[in-house]
Amino acid sequence: MNTTSQPVIVAEKLDLTFQTNDGPVQALRDVNLTINKGDFVSFIGPSGCGKTTFLRVVAALEHPTGGQISVNGMTPDEARRARAYGYVFQAAGLYPWRTIEKNIMLPLEIMGYSSDEQAEHVDRVLKMVDLEGFGKKYPWQLSGGMQQRASIARALAFDAGILLMDEPFGALDEIVRDHLNEQLLALWDRTGMTVGFVTHSIPEAVYLSTRIVVMSPRPGRITDVIESTLPRERPLDIRDTPEFLEIAHRVREGLRAGHAYDD
Amino acid sequence: MTDATMTAPARSTGFGRAVRGTWNAVFPVVVVVSVIFAIWYAACVPMNIKAALDQAERDGVIVNPAGATARDRRDMSAIGLAFKNPEQAGDTFVQERPRLPAPHQVARELWKTTGDMVLRGKAFSKRSLLYHAWVTLSATVLGFAMGTVGGVALAVGIVHSRVMNMSVMPWAIASQTIPILAIAPMIIVVLNSIGITGLIPKAMISAYLSFFPVTVGMVKGLRSPDGMQLDLLKTYSASQGETFWKLRLPSSMPYFFTSMKIGMAASLVGAIVGEMPTGAVAGLGARLLAGSYYGQTIQIWAALFSAAILAAVLVGVIGALQRMTLKKMGMVR
Ligand SMILES: Nc1ncnc2c1ncn2[C@@H]1O[C@H](COP(=O)(O)OP(=O)(O)OP(=O)(O)O)[C@@H](O)[C@H]1O
Ligand SMILES: [Mg+2]
Repeated sequence: MNTTSQPVIVAEKLDLTFQTNDGPVQALRDVNLTINKGDFVSFIGPSGCGKTTFLRVVAALEHPTGGQISVNGMTPDEARRARAYGYVFQAAGLYPWRTIEKNIMLPLEIMGYSSDEQAEHVDRVLKMVDLEGFGKKYPWQLSGGMQQRASIARALAFDAGILLMDEPFGALDEIVRDHLNEQLLALWDRTGMTVGFVTHSIPEAVYLSTRIVVMSPRPGRITDVIESTLPRERPLDIRDTPEFLEIAHRVREGLRAGHAYDD
Repeated sequence: MTDATMTAPARSTGFGRAVRGTWNAVFPVVVVVSVIFAIWYAACVPMNIKAALDQAERDGVIVNPAGATARDRRDMSAIGLAFKNPEQAGDTFVQERPRLPAPHQVARELWKTTGDMVLRGKAFSKRSLLYHAWVTLSATVLGFAMGTVGGVALAVGIVHSRVMNMSVMPWAIASQTIPILAIAPMIIVVLNSIGITGLIPKAMISAYLSFFPVTVGMVKGLRSPDGMQLDLLKTYSASQGETFWKLRLPSSMPYFFTSMKIGMAASLVGAIVGEMPTGAVAGLGARLLAGSYYGQTIQIWAALFSAAILAAVLVGVIGALQRMTLKKMGMVR
């Protein structure tokens, strides 16, 4: 159903080469990818294969040295100005001098929301990430997982249609991670937003995604795109079904192929 | 008896714990201060022994080594003389113009020129150290305010403008390599010649010394947000101004207070130095200078101690402000 809907992120022949002191580093080469509205796309691949770089190009934090990319039919820069996306960094990155509530208000202040709207949005997203009652706390008063949820709430606060997440749960333990995965999926299902999600975990990628993009390094490129056959509704124990294991197996094969190419 | 002392700590009452907490905090200070006083008193003996022996001889006492004149003693080891004449050691703590005044002499002078003056209702007479400290304090604080404002302004410029970054910093560093003793008289003379006297020239010297640590600290503080924090604001398309107010400035606060502490101490030095070359009649610098003209070592030391106490108080005030501000910002737990 999603494949027929409109494309949101379209990358064509995308190249990005960093000029470093040790010579050029090709972080992305010939990346072609279309992400449709409502897709949940995971990026998986060994360290240094350009996952973060791709997400940053979509967010206009990095500019490609070749090829085309459009976000909502605009350039990434225009899309950023149109508040098309929320970005969740690998670390929570909350400002320590702001309470959780104030941290979530930060984008709203900058985007000129009225204080009534700000309060309303804060309430709504705090509920979404299960942090009601923690608005007045400072970041150091929260656990790492709660901080990460607060940073997700901050990215959700301004109703962007696209959510870009770079290993958001990388530093968390398995149980918290499962819990947040479940919540994220429910949120995605409810809002119908488009998600780009970087991870190193095969089960996480398979559990969450409608599509899994497998990448390989030096130069960073896409080696496989796997469509998930899992239903939208996914209880945690779906991970024990043969269907799930089959997809996980394919992802692992894809990753292995990328490595073999490298050796 | 032993039993009681043994069991006392076990019954850990709130009061007992408070007393012990205070004692634990105070004990190291007491130890350090006692050691310093002990060394100080010990140093007074050889430092002042020659004058003490001369006086004793004049009073008809035979001093060791027998037959040596005051002139001979001048070339002898002071420590050796101190060991040979233990009876005169006491005299080294009570001289009127000792080379090194004993702690109690300095303390008495401090009391005489501060607390005692207050009690006699002459707190702000010309002989009161409070009056002189006030004169120095006003120049220090004014200069510190000018230096801090200027230092922050420079830092903001340096962080936001490539041109300023390249051009201002070398000059700021160069300005600090000039010895303040060389430039202070020039500032005073130049300003005097255009009719500016009194507080302002001294404050200018204070500002000259205090802007630099503030600039350096603030440049570091304003640049302290990491790439991710800056990228976050970028994803919101925040302007430079918003980045400054919402990220750079709050991040720089710990640096700001730390550099203000250094700036305040530098400012006090500047004000004191500024009081020296003009033949100023008021201020701690003037007291130091007058003391050294007339060999009033006790007065010099008393002035030095007032300067140190003043510096401690000023830095302490900034420290308190720092704790209050950071606590209010939620940055300390
Ligand atoms: N700003 C930069 N300057 C120079 N090289 C860079 C820069 N950012 C990334 N690279 C290089 O580009 C390549 C891809 O980096 P990227 O961060 O996208 O990898 P990644 O797939 O996110 O890896 P990881 O899983 O470790 O996060 C790496 O070789 C990296 O060294
Ligand atoms: Mg990465």
